[in-house]
Amino acid sequence: MPALLEVRGLTTRFRSSGGTVTAVDDVSFDVAQGETLAIVGESGSGKSVTALSILRLIPTPPGRIEAGQVLFEGQDLLTLDDAGIRAIRGSRIGMIFQEPMSSLNPALTIGLQVAEPIVEHRGATWRDALTRARGLLDRVRIPDAAQRLAAYPHQFSGGMRQRVMIAMAQACEPTLTIADEPTTALDVTVQAQILDLLKTRSEETGSALVLITHDLGVVARYASRVAVMYAGRIVEIAPARRLYRTPQHPYTRGLMQSVPRLDSDTAERLVPIEGQPPDLGRLPQGCAFAPRCRVVMPRCRTERPVLAQIADNHAAACFHHA
Amino acid sequence: MQPPASTMPDADDILRVEDLKVHFPITRGAVFRRQAGAVRAVDGVTFTLARGETLGVVGESGCGKSTTGLAIARMVTPTAGRIAFEGVDITDFDQDHMRPLRRRMQMVYQDPYGSLNPRMKVRDIIAEPLEVHGIAGGRAALKERIAASMAMTGLAPAMADRYPHEFSGGQRQRIGIARALVLEPSLVICDEPVSALDVSIQAQIVNLFVDLRDRLGLSYIFIAHDLAVVRHISHRIAVMYLGRIVEIARRDDLYRDPLHPYTKALMAAIPIPDPELEATRPRQIVQGEPPSATGPRVGCAFHRRCPAAMPRCAQEDPVLMGTPGERAVACHLHD
Repeated sequence: MPALLEVRGLTTRFRSSGGTVTAVDDVSFDVAQGETLAIVGESGSGKSVTALSILRLIPTPPGRIEAGQVLFEGQDLLTLDDAGIRAIRGSRIGMIFQEPMSSLNPALTIGLQVAEPIVEHRGATWRDALTRARGLLDRVRIPDAAQRLAAYPHQFSGGMRQRVMIAMAQACEPTLTIADEPTTALDVTVQAQILDLLKTRSEETGSALVLITHDLGVVARYASRVAVMYAGRIVEIAPARRLYRTPQHPYTRGLMQSVPRLDSDTAERLVPIEGQPPDLGRLPQGCAFAPRCRVVMPRCRTERPVLAQIADNHAAACFHHA
Repeated sequence: MQPPASTMPDADDILRVEDLKVHFPITRGAVFRRQAGAVRAVDGVTFTLARGETLGVVGESGCGKSTTGLAIARMVTPTAGRIAFEGVDITDFDQDHMRPLRRRMQMVYQDPYGSLNPRMKVRDIIAEPLEVHGIAGGRAALKERIAASMAMTGLAPAMADRYPHEFSGGQRQRIGIARALVLEPSLVICDEPVSALDVSIQAQIVNLFVDLRDRLGLSYIFIAHDLAVVRHISHRIAVMYLGRIVEIARRDDLYRDPLHPYTKALMAAIPIPDPELEATRPRQIVQGEPPSATGPRVGCAFHRRCPAAMPRCAQEDPVLMGTPGERAVACHLHD
């Protein structure tokens, strides 16, 4: 069975007076139907730009998708015209972003905004769409959905707004949902509610989920497969259990050790990754992680390792595994 | 000024906070402004801090943890309660009275960029507190002090002539810490000092805080929203909800056996970075969101969300009870 989404050699650059930065550098991965793939990385890793590139939401200028293919249900999204991509966004691909307030129109009622994609993509009448919107708000557990249809976004808490975003993203029963740090701005108890809801709704509608996050705990709880990004590249990709049990890339291992955990018995010292995060404008010639790597070899400073298969479904970009 | 007998500190206590309240008035009317209510940001907080001790203060947004920190530093005015620092009751101190104490009590903030003047060189940022307090000394002594402060926080003294924008987030937080430590304080109030940093850098800065405490005998109030982060630095932890401490305990006691249903809910909500463990971990996600800090407080603030709520919880507000300095909880289940 072909993958639902196949990203091949995706490369996105941003130009500024200071020079050109490669935010996403030759990124390839697949998403199967119904699975949850997490893309995890720190700031500047390229995880959000990857999501925005798939959705063709890169502001041009300064950004530009310079190479690659994004095959969604067999069709290359990068070759579609504006009308073509708009017909897919919000319909067959649902989107959820970190700050719902900037994705919602402050001047329109919640009901109109949830109903809109149903009218636009499904050709429903407004009356039918509003009825469906009410059902959708029920399903994301917004109390008094019928009354809340007439409310405006500012009357909702951050958590409630993110529920609205999930309702909108799932309104047309997409086959793929892309959620970019959907709970970073929320408190932990609300974060758990929203992520559980997102996962449940995706399972109910059969949608695959691409979850972009910096939180290794969130990845462990919700993802079946994980891609780890560093300085614009995927450095390791594997099924979640395998990645956590036997991380192969030194950066992945470093991340696992540096994250504070609730469950270790004594409060041992954290093991940070030494050094500074990569400066995309001045990446070293070889492996971008070489300056911080504990097991760096001379070769790592001159040559760039490529993502290579090291076991079934497990690939890493490191000369130790080449 | 003699503090009241009830707040007389132990010899070992650097800080005593007693029934601290900070209420912000809500006003209505453009011409005739009148008070229409109050946000009870901090609504009766009591704890002590021993010399060399770190108290982690955790809770979600709006729980009053940051306002508690600001009130202790006397950057906001308490509405009620007492604050005694190094044996001196500072509750009613104005800025003039606070100035000599500021040397001993410093703050480190969440946003290392927003709290550093972008037009000042690192050396001037670190020198500023020394100049404000008139303890700069001679040129050579000043330079030495800046260099020592930078070295202590892991910054190469050669970077002293650079500007904040030339540094990464983690390095900027090091500058913020160097600035706080140059006055040789005894208490540092850290308000979400690692929340804005990436995981790999967060661990560097947490370790730096631990090393500095052990080396300099500092006391910290370490405010954070993340129970997993405070675990690595705190001796004791206070969990706040809607303006109050609902549970305070020694670190290992709290994590091994949380008593308050809210503490349990917070822990259950934090995912553990281990897929196999997560798959088998019982999931008790508490529903709802924290209530508003402006409405009347009837019963326990958590009762509407609490999976263990009893009829009594809707009527009677539980008080924090237990052994001072060890463990206390505000919950009718543990009366």
